[in-house]
Amino acid sequence: MSDTRIKLKGKSPFKEMVMKLLPDGGNLNDCLTCGLCASGCPATGMDDMDPRKFLRMAALGMDEEIRKSRWPWFCTMCTRCVHACPMKINIPQLVFNARRLRPRDEMPKGILGSCDMALSKETNSAMGCTKEDFSFVVEDLLEEIKEEYPIWEERNLQAPIDKEGAEFFINQNSREPMIEPEEMGPLWKILNLVGVDWTYGSAGWAAENYCMFMADDNGWKTLTERSAQKCDELGCTTFLNTE
Amino acid sequence: MYTLYATWIREGKLKPDPSWNDELGIKFTLQDPCQIVRKSFGDPAADDMRLVVKACVGEKNFIDMTPNKSNNFCCGGGGGFLQSGYKEQRLLYGQIKDSQIKKTGATYCVTGCHNCHAQIHELGDHFGGGYHAVHAWTILALALGVLGRSERIHLGEELQEVNLPDSSR
Ligand code: SF4
Ligand code: SF4
Repeated sequence: MSDTRIKLKGKSPFKEMVMKLLPDGGNLNDCLTCGLCASGCPATGMDDMDPRKFLRMAALGMDEEIRKSRWPWFCTMCTRCVHACPMKINIPQLVFNARRLRPRDEMPKGILGSCDMALSKETNSAMGCTKEDFSFVVEDLLEEIKEEYPIWEERNLQAPIDKEGAEFFINQNSREPMIEPEEMGPLWKILNLVGVDWTYGSAGWAAENYCMFMADDNGWKTLTERSAQKCDELGCTTFLNTE
Repeated sequence: MYTLYATWIREGKLKPDPSWNDELGIKFTLQDPCQIVRKSFGDPAADDMRLVVKACVGEKNFIDMTPNKSNNFCCGGGGGFLQSGYKEQRLLYGQIKDSQIKKTGATYCVTGCHNCHAQIHELGDHFGGGYHAVHAWTILALALGVLGRSERIHLGEELQEVNLPDSSR
């Protein structure tokens, strides 16, 4: 292993920074180099990298190499390595924070674009679905269902937006209203059959959060707060993710 | 949400009927979403998801992947991979998932998360597995007899006419 020949100066600013953020420092100093993490990680081998090696690089202070690496974008932060690790070392958090090392304009374009789009819309939609688009699609679909199956008129199928005092505030991935609205119907019907009192919010209904994926803490917070605020404003008691 | 589906089924508020699949014997497997199972609620949530799927497609028509639940492999759609532009690496990452699904022999993989849905759908196409990715609400509505004709875009030919609700009322 070539790692071991590198002269240690005992300085690894990136790793130290991440350890300060994590409970118990994410156990980042406790690695036994057993390799269990790497053997069960689907991203092992890509760009000649794996989780064990990534952690070693951080420990050795190879911060510049880490900053340049594409590998943090190949790790999905799925935490399978932590599950397998005897020392419960938080490699996904190390990866998450490594994503932060790039300037904003060097982030993968798709993720940056989705984050910026969501921030620019009060709906939080990464696909740019506006308040008006959303309510149009929802109302249109509701009508179509009732036309095709009149029983839903009788059963009073609803898809309310901004219903005050509803128990559940439900979010929805933008893919549905934008690409396949038909996929919303089954959920509405299930909720109707159970007799659930629920609502969408005109603001903050979109479930996706791409700002989180690029470790943009402020953007992440803004999006989450918008949803939570709308939920509070309507007096809903439970925030329910459709996933 | 899956925990709620399971609760509603346990409490009798939802009564899915899997008998539509008794003779058809169409096989289903399930992708445990990392975000919901390993990272949030653990195996109890995974068990709830299984309860829901089995109640909808029939116990004998459910085939688990191995490994599964908290030890499941990520499909490769998470963490922003779908939007990062690294498609080649994303498909490479998904190869493990693809072979896991193929090994079950299932025609359908129920996905509990939108990223999983998009990724597994693409894996099925790309590696020629021919399996479909479906949301849980689709099979639940199917087993409840309320899945309309237009709500079957992710179902194959063989399920287009199964358990269709009566449109005359
Ligand atoms: S599994 Fe844990 S202890 Fe083993 S090499 Fe990986 S990080 Fe180190
Ligand atoms: S969190 Fe990242 S490093 Fe760990 S197993 Fe998942 S993809 Fe691999």
